[in-house]
Amino acid sequence: MESSLTVNNLKTTFFTSGGTVQAVRGVSFEVGKGEIVGIVGESGSGKSVTSMSILRLLPGTARIAPESSIIFEEQELSTLATKQLREIRGQKIAMIFQDPMSSLNPLISVGKQVEEMMKTHHTDMSKEELHERALELFRQVRIPEPEKRFKEFPHQFSGGMRQRVMIAMALANRPDLLIADEPTTALDVTIQDQILKQLRALQRESGASIIFITHDLGVVAELCQRVLVMYGGLIMEEAPIDDLFEDPRHPYTLGLLASVPSLSQDKAGRLASIPGSPPDMTKPPEGCPFAPRCPSARQICAAEQPPYVQMGEHRRSMCWLLQPDAPAENNPFRKEAAK
Amino acid sequence: MVKYFAKRVGMMLVAMLAICLLTFCLMHAVPGGPFTNDRKVTPEVEAALNEKYGLDQPLPAQFINYMKGLLHGDFGPSYKYTGKTVNEFIETGFPVSGKLGLITILFVLLTAIPMGILAAVKNGKWQDMAIMAAATIGVTIPSFVIASILVYFFSYHLGWLPAFGLDSWKGYILPVIALGGYSVSYLARLTRSSLLEVMGQDYIRTARAKGLSEFKVITRHALRNALLPVITVLGPTVANLLTGSFVVENIFAIPGLGKYFVNSVSQRDYTTIMGVTIFYAAFLMAMVLVVDMFYCLIDPRIKYDE
Repeated sequence: MESSLTVNNLKTTFFTSGGTVQAVRGVSFEVGKGEIVGIVGESGSGKSVTSMSILRLLPGTARIAPESSIIFEEQELSTLATKQLREIRGQKIAMIFQDPMSSLNPLISVGKQVEEMMKTHHTDMSKEELHERALELFRQVRIPEPEKRFKEFPHQFSGGMRQRVMIAMALANRPDLLIADEPTTALDVTIQDQILKQLRALQRESGASIIFITHDLGVVAELCQRVLVMYGGLIMEEAPIDDLFEDPRHPYTLGLLASVPSLSQDKAGRLASIPGSPPDMTKPPEGCPFAPRCPSARQICAAEQPPYVQMGEHRRSMCWLLQPDAPAENNPFRKEAAK
Repeated sequence: MVKYFAKRVGMMLVAMLAICLLTFCLMHAVPGGPFTNDRKVTPEVEAALNEKYGLDQPLPAQFINYMKGLLHGDFGPSYKYTGKTVNEFIETGFPVSGKLGLITILFVLLTAIPMGILAAVKNGKWQDMAIMAAATIGVTIPSFVIASILVYFFSYHLGWLPAFGLDSWKGYILPVIALGGYSVSYLARLTRSSLLEVMGQDYIRTARAKGLSEFKVITRHALRNALLPVITVLGPTVANLLTGSFVVENIFAIPGLGKYFVNSVSQRDYTTIMGVTIFYAAFLMAMVLVVDMFYCLIDPRIKYDE
């Protein structure tokens, strides 16, 4: 598959009063044309920072390391001049953010905010054309009564409707890549489902690639073709969607899958969770970041970062237990192999 | 909306009545009266004067008489300056204070807001530090000190600008700086902090993700939001500046309203105290109301109806 975006060794750090936070510590991945790639992980795993780094939308305290490379359509985004980067922002790569309540300007009507997206990149569009296209987008994302709602302000919209406005805005210039950073997290489940269906339909129509960031494995299963599991600023495991659910190859992924609630679960039973909390990224651990919480951790896990074990195209995992010389005892991956 | 503002005006009238009553009571609670002088006046003369101005009547009757006049827009005669009325004081004093105040407001807006924006945009850089250092000095040093320093350097030492009076445009420069110094500093700080806060909002990130230039991000998306708190304090500031400052008017010998106000208090010129207080209070309340109306125009979230 032809690749749309190639991220290589991305390292993003924040310089704060509390110390240097190494939020992303060497992340590499590819997004193919027309592909939907999910990035999952808990809060603080570095998934949002990864997505913000692509368009360099990070706060002023953040730095992307010089050895990092972000190649989009043969252009190096990490060092591209701001002026040229602005041409790409909103036109070639569009973003949908997590919180639709705060991501729209409260003082500007939603219609104007959608129009602005197009006006910025298509200065030749007339007022009527802008208006027409914006209304078309409103219809496309199923905002009822588009003519009336066009003039309204964000506070008059519900969360789901605002997120539709954000999606309409993101689609306005028919981008090649859509980065959706937890677009459904702030919404309730029924709305979440509608939005996901819409995103998938729109993706099918336009053929755009999507990077979908979430902490919800259920959403990933519904939408994505391939998944990156992030933890402690690193990609722990990468796998095509079916492989991830059927044959996870990282203890962290196992833990995540075990903590997905299911309907068949015994009502009296407690929801499984991974004990412990994510590492402090001002002092990232030397070994595997998951080692302190890993039920199968050994001595080497805390001491040294494991190398990736490649298990096919787009299938890799970072775990000492996958090494050929790893002991079979307390090794979830060895047992499976023995079966 | 109309209903809301009608209600607000009604409440203002009630507040006005309370201010009148309170000022009247406090004023009469202070020992002495308009005819207490260094030179002894014979009791007969004092009694005649009191009778002439109705000061021999019981206080409630005096208050009702005064309010009756007020309803007709009559602030009454001055007790200290024979033949002058309080209306005349306001009519002569307010235009002088008002003109100076208007120029000061323009000066304040045209310096404070750009300075605040520059400081926020250059957050942490030397421009920010310089502006904030100057603003801190401006907020902490009282206007009479600033005025004295300005007069000392620009009038006494350099002789560039007049030390008093408003005879030419040059005369306005020093009073405007002395009068507006505090407001410039205060509003610059407010603009800076407010803009910095807005720049951290999610919708600013959205604007950047659209591919807008930083200039457009600030002018179209950040500034309007950031100026909301600035407009809030602008109401009282405008009222303050337009009605004149006793200190600045005294230093520069400007025949404005502020001078009458303070003189009237020390001289127990009852009607002038009442008149100027009421005038200032009405002005302040009107400005606050204007600010609230402005909000409706700027912020679509604000709807004044329940």
